[in-house]
Amino acid sequence: MIELHHLTKRYGDKLAVDDLSFRIPEGVVTGFLGPNGAGKSTTMRMILDLDRPTAGEVTIDGRRYADVQDPLREIGALLEAKGAHPGRTAYDHLLWMAQSNRIPRERVDQVLDLVGLTAVAKKRARGFSLGMGQRLGIAAALLGDPKILMFDEPVNGLDPEGIVWIRRLMKSLAAEGRTVFVSSHLMSEMALTADHLVVIGRGRLLADLPMAEFIRQNSRSSVRLRTPQPEQLLDALRGAGLSPRPGPDGSWEVTDGDPVLLGDLAAAHGVTLHELSPQQASLEDAFMQMTADSVEYRTDIPGAAATPAPQPAWGSGWDTRQAGKES
Amino acid sequence: MAAFPAVLQSEWTKVRSIRSTVWTLVTTFLIVVAMGFAISLLTRLNFAQFTEHDRNPFDATNTSLSGIALGELAIVVFGVLAVGNEYASGMIRVSLAAVPQRGVLMGAKTAVLGVLALAVSLVTVFVAFFVGQVALGRYNTDLGRPNVLRAVFGAGCYLTLLCLFSIGVTMMLRSQVLSLGILIPFFFLVSPILSIVPVVKNVVRYFPDRAGSAALQVVPTGDHPYGPWTGLAICAAWAAAALIGGYLVLKHRDA
Repeated sequence: MIELHHLTKRYGDKLAVDDLSFRIPEGVVTGFLGPNGAGKSTTMRMILDLDRPTAGEVTIDGRRYADVQDPLREIGALLEAKGAHPGRTAYDHLLWMAQSNRIPRERVDQVLDLVGLTAVAKKRARGFSLGMGQRLGIAAALLGDPKILMFDEPVNGLDPEGIVWIRRLMKSLAAEGRTVFVSSHLMSEMALTADHLVVIGRGRLLADLPMAEFIRQNSRSSVRLRTPQPEQLLDALRGAGLSPRPGPDGSWEVTDGDPVLLGDLAAAHGVTLHELSPQQASLEDAFMQMTADSVEYRTDIPGAAATPAPQPAWGSGWDTRQAGKES
Repeated sequence: MAAFPAVLQSEWTKVRSIRSTVWTLVTTFLIVVAMGFAISLLTRLNFAQFTEHDRNPFDATNTSLSGIALGELAIVVFGVLAVGNEYASGMIRVSLAAVPQRGVLMGAKTAVLGVLALAVSLVTVFVAFFVGQVALGRYNTDLGRPNVLRAVFGAGCYLTLLCLFSIGVTMMLRSQVLSLGILIPFFFLVSPILSIVPVVKNVVRYFPDRAGSAALQVVPTGDHPYGPWTGLAICAAWAAAALIGGYLVLKHRDA
């Protein structure tokens, strides 16, 4: 179990991480979410003792990272930077890491196979694409067969195939009982993979809760109706005890409405419908609202962050996850 | 704690798996031997035109080791690249995540690079000596003469100490470009030029390369107010200071 106790990091007069305390739950995927510049990478580097906290500390099963014997066997990490020397082969990169932590040499071949880099094992990292470099970084993280894995923005710059691969990998790692701690600035990405959510903004903790809880709190569903006969429709709805509210472009919305019942109701009253569509409030919007005050670099486009525009296109994401058939 | 022998093995893998570091060592060998041979050969062919001062006493050992003036730059580059590449590629974070005890990481790295530099340096200077003596023909010397073995062995130590000095400097600067940009002009231009400027040269003779080169001389040139071993010790003190500085930077700064 990784625990952060009042972790603080100050660069000059700028507080990058501000009194951050939370625990990373074991055996699940925890999404570490925040806008760019929120302090996610700094926090991750402090967990690995790469950056020294100004105050506070991180413990891993009660110990500091520097006191962990053969740390790669306990925590595997993929950090933002590529981390492999361009002139060294993928195999040799993993070999020196394995040797430093007394990991058997056979494990190098295993992880290369696991991430699909066996064919380029003897190629120098210089020629690797972004996706291959990311796979090499993940192979390095998995090298010591650790029970905790940390990924910093793992899908950045990946093609769709690579993104799907990483999502599946993280889920399968958690299914094996491992702790996965993954940072992202995209709520939509986290909604698909994380079981638990830690949100920070400007180095401060904004939320620390199970993903299901976050979805329940923040996803309002509604049904949008559009008709050339609004008065008849409103009468029918009110007659059925519903309270429609005006939606965009002259439409009407019914919160938590059932499209089947609403369609039947309109037909029974002879109302012509031009639209009958379920709407899902986006988690992205909820996240943006939560972090709106803490975005460091913002554009002054009105409504860019503060007033979320309805985006029904996104909503398809999380309910496929709920159904467990995420690809 | 990471196990020190395991980290040594890991650092050895790092060194041998990159071409640039391997080639700088090969280059050191080739430059020192080839240049020593060429200068020795030219010395034999032109010996008659040398001044009496240069001929008597003639330092055959130092002549065969003339290539060090240029070859030392190659081993400095080796030291800088072997350490600096980790900063250039962001690999230092991966290294420290694998071995979070920074003293252990630096100790193992310095030990591996130092032993490798010493082995290559000794082979290089002894080969350069023997090849140079062949080229010098009847003006040659041999290891049995007074101070000759000390000068050749001292040359190997000198190259190794310069390499360790560069390792320390690179760890302090954390950038191979910056380190090369400072060390190469320093050893190639600043130190040699200042060493002939009056007054200033009294200070410059305590610079690492000036002091260390005292160990290479069988016939003292009179540039050094100290003996060969003291010169080497001054050079070693520079290397130690650079390594301690490098350790403090590595220990206290964020990676």
